[in-house]
Amino acid sequence: MKIFNIPDITTDGSYTLGAVVTAIFLTHHQPIYFTLPAVAIAGATAGALTGLIHTKLKINALLAGILVMTALYSVYLALMGRSNLPLINVSTLFNIINISPDPNNNTFWILLIFISVITIIIGYLLKTDFGLAMRATGNSETMIRALGVNTDRMKITGLAIANALTAISGYLISQQQGYTDISMGIGVVIIGLGSVIIAETFINWLRLTSVWLSLLLVLGGAIIFQFVLAVTLDIGVNPIYLKAVTAVFVLLIVSLPRISFRTAK
Amino acid sequence: MIQIDHVYKIFNAGKPNQVNAVNGIDLHIKTAEFLVIVGSNGSGKTTLLDMIAGSVFPGTGSIKIDGQNVTKLPDYKRSQWIARVFQNPMSGTASELSILDNFRLAAIRTKPKGLTIGINDTFKNQVKEKISTLGMGLENKIEQQMGTLSGGQRQALTLLMSVMGSCKVLLLDEPTAALDPRSAEIVMRTAEELIKDYRLTSILITHNLKDAFNYGNRIMLMGEGLVKKDLDAGKKAALKQNDLFEWFG
Repeated sequence: MKIFNIPDITTDGSYTLGAVVTAIFLTHHQPIYFTLPAVAIAGATAGALTGLIHTKLKINALLAGILVMTALYSVYLALMGRSNLPLINVSTLFNIINISPDPNNNTFWILLIFISVITIIIGYLLKTDFGLAMRATGNSETMIRALGVNTDRMKITGLAIANALTAISGYLISQQQGYTDISMGIGVVIIGLGSVIIAETFINWLRLTSVWLSLLLVLGGAIIFQFVLAVTLDIGVNPIYLKAVTAVFVLLIVSLPRISFRTAK
Repeated sequence: MIQIDHVYKIFNAGKPNQVNAVNGIDLHIKTAEFLVIVGSNGSGKTTLLDMIAGSVFPGTGSIKIDGQNVTKLPDYKRSQWIARVFQNPMSGTASELSILDNFRLAAIRTKPKGLTIGINDTFKNQVKEKISTLGMGLENKIEQQMGTLSGGQRQALTLLMSVMGSCKVLLLDEPTAALDPRSAEIVMRTAEELIKDYRLTSILITHNLKDAFNYGNRIMLMGEGLVKKDLDAGKKAALKQNDLFEWFG
């Protein structure tokens, strides 16, 4: 279920950006429902910037993402004035909404509702004519240009949407963990890529064209990914090796299908 | 329908690898005319076609389609008139989308791509009906990924897709070059039928002299970025297949 053929590293930056904007708004006692759109707009701006650099200046998408991500570090520091901002004694999503008396269960239900709503919105979007054109942009650019789509604009819009979503996950996680740190975004792009690639393996294997099934598989991929990391810690691997485990795991899921196909021939 | 005046295109001007791809072409293509262009590699055929489609802009000169000056109009805006079939079957279709999704995008080629879901049962039946005219048995596979089909099937579907929306000009850039003889024949015959039925103004680029002889009602030989020979319907009818071979002799 990859939409564009672009590994967008802005992700690392917009995740933190979302958390930074959340921390600033909440410590200034802004309501969470007002914070959410601000976070989305901040993320979308970062994504659109990467898109503009990539399409208008014809710079490699990877480099465009790295440039925006790097510049964002200064933005966080300028906005927060320091590298770490705790969210203590502020109203967050998780202490305003009370679905269950157990805080763990409460977090689970809030996130489940959040994810369901976002999944439905994305699923609907991808099934519309606009969504089809977006998926085709990543798949066959020559075709979709011949069918009347401005692919530059489509890529900018797509990257804006993707980074708005990433910023929203920064919004959620900073409230859940109770602080924002400027280095919290390192490696988020790998988690995202890993989750999508796990799903992609199944999608290609089953030759799926259903948007809903694909989205469910991506969610499943994300859960599997986190599970592997949790199990790694649980069996007593030193946490300093966690990033190495992450990288090796992504390498494995990327390479395993190829290795098995080669021996099958 | 298509009016090309004094068009030149030079790549890498002033550098050692300068290529004068098109060296001053004047060409008028009438409505419903089916022009076949032949010529050796590097004769400027594809550059000319790309300039009509809008993926390459001419250095000097002007191009008009349906009376409108489109010289600087990008390809995605010329899609309101033009449908294209590419040499590479992968280029004309999106392989990871279903056949149905591909047809939906083709059906709204001349329209904005909005935030509504366009695929419904009526549309599905319409697509099935269209595809069944090919006689390839693909009408029951419309939910399948386009990538599961063969090159010939994909080219044939690309042709059908071009008439899903309103279409005035059909550009065929060596559509059968990557296909086996049987698939190539199906694709060419489908093209001819569609061109007749929809009165499309068409340009076919081909290296297959048999196709060049059998199809179209005007034939043009290009060389060194110029029109070397241009035969109208009457002269083309009088042409013998051997004469064509001699053009390349």
